[in-house]
Order: sequence, then structure tokens, then C-alpha cells
Amino acid sequence: MAYRTYLMVCAGTGCVANQSMKIKDKLETEIRKKGLQEEVSVVTTGCNGFCAVGPLMVVQPDGIFYQLLKETDIPFLVEEHFIKGRPVKELMYTPPKEKLPIPKMSDIPFFADQSLVVLRNRGLINPEIIDESIARGGYQALAKVLTTMTPDDVIQEIKASGLRGRGGGGFPTGIKWETCKRMPGDIHYVICNADEGDPGAFMDRSTIESDPHAVIEGMLIGAYAIGSSHGYVYIRNEYPIALERLQTALKQAREYGLLGTNIFNKNFNFDIKIARGAGAFVCGESTALMASIEGRPGEPRAKYVHMVERGLWDMPTCLNNVETWANVPQIILKGAQWFNSVGTGDVSADPWGGSKGTKVFSLAGKVNNTGLIEVPMGITLRKIIFDIGGGIKDGKKFKAVQTGGPSGGFIPESLLDLPVDYEELTKVGSMMGSGGMVVADEDNCMVDMAKYFLSFTQTESCGKCVPCREGTKRMLDILEKITVGEGTEEDLILLEELSSMVVESSLCALGGSAPNPVLTTLKYFREEYEAHVKDKKCPGHACRKLIQYKIDPVACVEKGHGCHVCAKNCPDGAIVGETKQAHTIDVMKCNKCGICYDVCKFDAISVE
Amino acid sequence: MGKISIEDLAKIQEAARYKVTLRQGAGRVRMNVHMGTCGIAAGARGILTAVMNEIEARNLHDVIITNSGCAGLCSQEPMMTVEVLGELAPVKYVQLTPEKVKKIFDSHVLRGSVVQEFALAVGSERTH
Repeated sequence: MAYRTYLMVCAGTGCVANQSMKIKDKLETEIRKKGLQEEVSVVTTGCNGFCAVGPLMVVQPDGIFYQLLKETDIPFLVEEHFIKGRPVKELMYTPPKEKLPIPKMSDIPFFADQSLVVLRNRGLINPEIIDESIARGGYQALAKVLTTMTPDDVIQEIKASGLRGRGGGGFPTGIKWETCKRMPGDIHYVICNADEGDPGAFMDRSTIESDPHAVIEGMLIGAYAIGSSHGYVYIRNEYPIALERLQTALKQAREYGLLGTNIFNKNFNFDIKIARGAGAFVCGESTALMASIEGRPGEPRAKYVHMVERGLWDMPTCLNNVETWANVPQIILKGAQWFNSVGTGDVSADPWGGSKGTKVFSLAGKVNNTGLIEVPMGITLRKIIFDIGGGIKDGKKFKAVQTGGPSGGFIPESLLDLPVDYEELTKVGSMMGSGGMVVADEDNCMVDMAKYFLSFTQTESCGKCVPCREGTKRMLDILEKITVGEGTEEDLILLEELSSMVVESSLCALGGSAPNPVLTTLKYFREEYEAHVKDKKCPGHACRKLIQYKIDPVACVEKGHGCHVCAKNCPDGAIVGETKQAHTIDVMKCNKCGICYDVCKFDAISVE
Repeated sequence: MGKISIEDLAKIQEAARYKVTLRQGAGRVRMNVHMGTCGIAAGARGILTAVMNEIEARNLHDVIITNSGCAGLCSQEPMMTVEVLGELAPVKYVQLTPEKVKKIFDSHVLRGSVVQEFALAVGSERTH
């Protein structure tokens, strides 16, 4: 018998880390206990996107969204909702600053403003069962190209769609395929780049976790267009769930004959191997990635000769990102025009003339609704952060958003109405990148943020070329100097000079973009650098050497009656004072950890 | 299952049609069985099972089942609200039996014609 109700439990990495598998087990136990196992089915899905409120589940067909579930909630929930028909309000989502919960997922602003192409199956299928993917139209696009389209037709369709690389470069996908197809060589390779290494980015990971067959089908179509029978997915080993689901998906596709020889009896052969990366950021760079597959150290090479000409094992190779591949089946099924009706600019004459379709972003940092979103190109940053993202945490003030991963630039409030588009983001000193988005609020120090991201790219620099290896190191030294109050105004000029040198002379895009956080913060938040250099102050109160905690003796006695809580909690024993009397901080002992500031209930402690 | 053909893709899709409809929260007809304490005591579980059996026996892919609490008219239980979405206003049926459910399927669900003799009123309480 068919089930009447489906409980779609999120099993993306975020929710699994929050024990969603235990929630699933508990649901199944309770459902059996109540004798509902023939009526109510529990399904584990890929990332639902609203990671901030996980573990979560959606009840269908009612569309009720339950969040922040605990095992102890489950018996009550099963009894109330599935037997008595009373959805449990206490477990529903209530937007910040509001009182009434929103029962339906489709009414929650976080979901209502998104438009799903790549993530169309998220939360709807169990990614570990191929039939569920097929039920939602999986492999129909492959059937279409093999029965009704020539490889050139496929390439024309992709070109007309205006699809551009989602891994960061934004190179027109159709042109890449066409060039690769033309190149002579016994073997052509297609590669899926799933080596997503940006801090705070999890788009590709979630795409594979929620719909691995979309990626496999995209690669199959690309392989047919290019004339390839060998594919690789380069995926980092630190993505255990994505890796496992991909392996399962490949195995099931092979069993169905969707990978292998003579696919659909159309004399088309293709199979995919998995190459596991060890977590080096630079291996997301195409040439370093190929070196890594070949078993050599993951170092990039100069691209006088493009990879479409001589790539993996010196053969013509077409490499695209996970998200790019996952777009392909939908373009084939629904047509180029459907795809390019969404987005900015015009791609009919110039393939670089616009940004079409949707883009997946992972929203992280000081924003209320952290999670995974898919939005149409051309949407403003303001809409992403304040409508979908639900604004800044704890009612604080927005300061900047970094787009494009660790080597993206910071964009200030004045540019929040910027449409999300490859060219627009580059114009203001940032980039689309693979789609990381980190939000900073008034408490973030922009010098410190720039230092953090530069220290990441510096550590991840492979060291092959001097500008990246030495240049980023010297830049980091200067930033370190500034954050401890030893910077000079000349340092700011030197920092700018070094930045442009690293950008212009590095071998690959890692060095070529690493100074972006520094350059954009110097451009948009120069006053913060000057405060560090001239006044020796940190306006964001993040650089410990430049801040000082103080206790207001009046407030301490009158409001708090010298409660002594700060002194008890101080790890350095730096706070002295008797109960009912004013307390003071010994600046020599104070390590500026800020614990006293956090524990004082009377606002008697300030920082400057 | 071994190697599949293009025709098999369509078969797999067809077999899962009802599942896909439910998971998307889409459907043509919504049948809401009232499952308050009063409803359950009067046999709402049996009505729910009857509805599920009818859907399966008739191989329907567009009927979704929800349940709700007590509608406040406990003497008339078991009750059910049937709504052809976007077309007809919801209709409340009272004092149901599995036989009556069958008739409601024949007439209201499949032909859009309300079974006046079991109907109480047109309109619906909030389900949540």
C-alpha cells in the first residue's frame, strides 16, 4: 500500500552532525510503536538548505516544517501530528523578532525567495536510491540526447543557454566543450571538480549529497557531446557523506547500465572513476587537480597550452565544476531559452555578455539564516542577506559581505544593491567564485578578517611560484604588524604594491586572487586600517593588542553591588575587588579574552 | 534489476507518480480526516484506512490525505473534509462509514459532484 505521509528528514552534513540520524531512528521506532509503519514513511534526503535550524524535517503532503528537533520531542510529535492531526507549533520555525510560528515550509521567507534548478531534488528524494531520482525525471535528458540529438546539437544548446562555469572562472561551458571536442587525441577526458575547499562553502558537497545522479547525468551528456568515454570525479576525502553517496550512485547507475558500455543500446560508452583528494586547496585549481590525479604533487602549471588541448595525461580534457554539470540535464530537458530567461545581460552574441540561470550560495557568518540557497542570477546582495538570510544576528549592524571564498573581496553596505553577476562582482574587486558568502557585522575587524583569509591562502599556497609563496607571506607579516599596533602608514602603501605584484605575477588563480580580501578592505574600509596604524585602536574590538577592558566603578557598585562574577570567571586572575565594592582590571595580567565582558549582567564592563 | 532501457525510465516514473505527488505537497484533491479524540473514538482510524484503500484500489495519483484535530462537532464524528483544490469549496462529510467513503470517491473525488446526503456544510476549519 502507498504511504499517506512522508517525513523528509534532512541528512545533509550539517544535520547529520546535529544527530539527524538519531532523530530518524527515533521516528521509525515511535511510528512502529503506534502501528503507523504502513502509513507513514521516513525518508532521508540531502541538504534541505536551512542548516541554521537543523536537525530538521518536512512533513509531506502537508508541507509542515519542523526544526531544531530533539529525540525527546519525537514521541509527542508522532502522537499529536500523525495520529491526532495536530501539527506541533512548538517545533515550527518562528522568524527572528516575530511571535507566530510559520507552519508551512513554502511560506518561510528563506525558501519562498529561492528558485531551484541544481537543487531541484533537494529534500524530495532519497539520494541513495536511483529510482527516486528517475521518478523525478533523472536520466531523461540522457535519453533525449542519445535518441534525438547529435553531439553538435548538444553543444549548440549549451552554448545558447549561456551557462558559464560555476566553479569560479565563469568560462562559457559550451565553448569549452566545443574546443575540447575539436582537439585531436586518442582519448578525451571529462572531469568533475568536486574539490571544494573554501572555508564556509558547501555548495558542491550538498549538491552531491542531495542529488548525485544529476551530476552523473550531466557528465554523461558532456561526454557524449565531446566524444569521451572516460570520466573522473575529483572529490576531497574529507567529504565522507558526499563520497559515499556518490559511490552508491555510481554503483546503481552501473547496475542499470546507465554507465558502462553501449548505454541505452546507442553505442555510447562512458564510465566514471573517483579520484580522492587529500584536502589541498590548490588542487581545486584545474591543472593542479590533474597533476594530483596523475599521482604527481598537486601543483599548477602555466596555461600557455589549455587543458582542453592537453590536460589529463596530456590528452584533451574538459573540466567542469559540480554545479555546472548538475545544470546540464535541466538545460537539455527544458531548453536553452528556458535557462537563459533567468539572469542578467544578453548572451546571444557574446557568451561573456551576461550571467544566466541560477547560482547556489552557501550563506555563512553573522547572518540569521545560515544555510544553502539557490537564487536567480541578478538578485541583489541585499535581498540575499536581509530577506533570505533574515538579516544580521542579534540585531547587529551589517558591515560587509565576502563573496567568492577566501580569495574573494569584501563588499560594503553601499554596494549591497549590486546584482549578483560575474562581471559586476569582479568590477567591485570581488568575484563570483564557487559561491561562498560570508557576512561580517559591526563586531568584525576588517583588518583581522583580511588577515584571517590571507593566512588561509598563504598556508594553502603550493609554493611553486615566488610571487604567491613569498608575496603572500610578506603581506601577512605586514597585516600581523598592523594588528598588534606596530604598523605604519608606509606599510599600507607597501601592502597595496605587494598585492598588485602578487595578483599580476602569480602562476595560477590562487595567487592571482589571494590579495582580494586585502585590496577590497583597503579600498572600502581604509579608515579601519588607519585607526590601527595612527590611533593604535581596533574599531571592531577584535585585535587584542589594541583593545582594553574597563570596569565602570559606579555601575559595578550601584547596579551590580560588586557581584564578583567577573573576578570568578577571569582565567588570568586579573580582576581584583571585594564583594559589594568596585572591581578593577589589572592591565598587566589581563589577556583580553573578553570573558568578563560576556559574564557581566550589569553592563559595567566596556571595551575600547 | 539489470540493465534498463529508455522505456523502463518511464515505467519507473509511472510507478512512483503518487509518491512524487505527495512529497511535493501537490495534488488535485485533499481529503482531511478529523482525528480528534472524539473522531478516533468514533472510528476515524477506520475511515482513514478506508480512504487509503480506495486510493490504492482505484490507483489514484492525485489525492492527498491529511488529518486534523477535532472540528468541534463531536456528535457528528467520524468526519472528513474533502476539497477539490482550486475548483470546489471544501465540503464536510459527517457520520462516515467505509461504504460512505466509497460513494464520496465515486461521486465527489472522481466526478466533482458533492454527495449531498452525507454533507454537513461547505467550508472548512483551519487545519493548523
